[in-house]
Amino acid sequence: MNLFDDVIIDIQKLSFSRGERPIYSDVDIKIPRGKITAIMGPSGTGKTTLLRLIGGQLRPESGSILIDDQNVPELSRGDLFKIRERMGMLFQSGALFTDMSVFENVAFPLRVHTDLPEDMIRDIVLMKLQAVGLRGANTLMPSELSGGMARRVALARAISLDPDIVMYDEPFTGQDPIAMGVLVNLIRHLNQSLGHTSIIVSHDIQETLGIADYIYLIADASVIAHGTPEELKQVDSPQVRQFMHGLPDGPVPFHFPAGDYSDDLLQGGL
Amino acid sequence: MDRLALLGRAGLDKLAAFGRSSMILFQSLIAKPQPVMMFPLLIQQIYFVGVLSLVIIVVSGLFIGMVLGLQGYTILVDYGSEQAVGQMVALSLVRELAPVVTALLFAGRAGSALTAEIGLMKATEQLSSLEMIGVDPLRRIIAPRFWAGFICLPILAAIFAIVGIYGGAIVSIDWLGIYDGSFWANMQNSVDFGEDVVNGLIKAIVFGFVVTWIAVFQGYDCIPTSEGISQATTKTVVYSSLAVLSLDFILTAVMFGEL
Repeated sequence: MNLFDDVIIDIQKLSFSRGERPIYSDVDIKIPRGKITAIMGPSGTGKTTLLRLIGGQLRPESGSILIDDQNVPELSRGDLFKIRERMGMLFQSGALFTDMSVFENVAFPLRVHTDLPEDMIRDIVLMKLQAVGLRGANTLMPSELSGGMARRVALARAISLDPDIVMYDEPFTGQDPIAMGVLVNLIRHLNQSLGHTSIIVSHDIQETLGIADYIYLIADASVIAHGTPEELKQVDSPQVRQFMHGLPDGPVPFHFPAGDYSDDLLQGGL
Repeated sequence: MDRLALLGRAGLDKLAAFGRSSMILFQSLIAKPQPVMMFPLLIQQIYFVGVLSLVIIVVSGLFIGMVLGLQGYTILVDYGSEQAVGQMVALSLVRELAPVVTALLFAGRAGSALTAEIGLMKATEQLSSLEMIGVDPLRRIIAPRFWAGFICLPILAAIFAIVGIYGGAIVSIDWLGIYDGSFWANMQNSVDFGEDVVNGLIKAIVFGFVVTWIAVFQGYDCIPTSEGISQATTKTVVYSSLAVLSLDFILTAVMFGEL
């Protein structure tokens, strides 16, 4: 079966820039339903920006972002908040509400979007926390958690409403190897058991290749390659090879654009 | 030419900021209020913004009233009219000092805290994550804080005036030995409810609106870094103080200036 028979997010001709710098120009990305799609690329290529565009927190200059035929940039403020109920987002920092306990953090989306009775909310929250292995931590405050635990709580919060789409913003960054392994397994496991669509933004190649069904590689404001992990490993473009093998210099320069080095040094005078 | 352009740029930036702050005000307060959801949040904020400001308001009010009594007495006694000290203390507190000093203290105590709290929520992506959960941070975070400040400041100003008058009475009656009958009677005869008390309350309401508006806007609009938050907090205190003092002059001119 073709991966793209059933597309949940269809991004067409997307353009977006910050100030003078183009982040995306005429980009097309399709996200297949129920699969794990990874958006990869060097830092600063606007991977997180893409998630914010999908979530409607930023508006593109042109192009459309269709989620099941609803164009996100054209939605009214009210409709935007409606469609966000179908999305869960795991922020890089976790972004837990610091004035609420772990339990209340996970219960928060349920309390604001449903009229469920208290004991049912309690059951759901404990089930979500059990899924991320932190049921025992439900009375702790966010300040008492380690970084990895905070991210797992944030994950439990992101899936508490059983969203159709879960977006992960750099889920592996800054995690120790054990926490990383736990997160990789969690993401794969949750995707299989809950059947939602996952979008992972990351530059951790090994972890992402291990779980993604499909990968988009972004650099220079456009998609430079896409395909399944096996297909990407075969791509022969130097840019793709540099990224996939983590070579320090190549078509993607190590240096930020700058003038001539010796001129710059000599400007201070001899 | 460059300087002229810079001046124009600064003016445009200020105008744009004013526009953004008005939109925040409109979207958080006027568009679709949700009283049921907001009520518990409002009570919580009234506690943080109002109740926790009580100590500084009561202590300052007491001392300012005592100083007024003392200063008033030393001047008035030369003219043999020290009986009028009650009138002086009450009028200066109710008309001017209670609303103005309360607003200044409020900006320093509660306004800066509001800015820092909202700014940090922005820096730690809590506002973004609220948005992504499908909750409008303007209604959930900004609106209850704004209303709390707006409600609390007039009440705090009234408490300030009452405690101040009591402080003036302690100094004048118990310490300096003014006859208490004339102290209170003079006050009663000269303070008019409509002219003085209501006008003082109107000032406090206006200041409450302005100070809280500045505080929540600076927090919501800050650059989400440690430097940005510190700048925003400073701006809250500076802008609030300037706004309070200049508005006080305008309001006084309108209320008492017989314009």
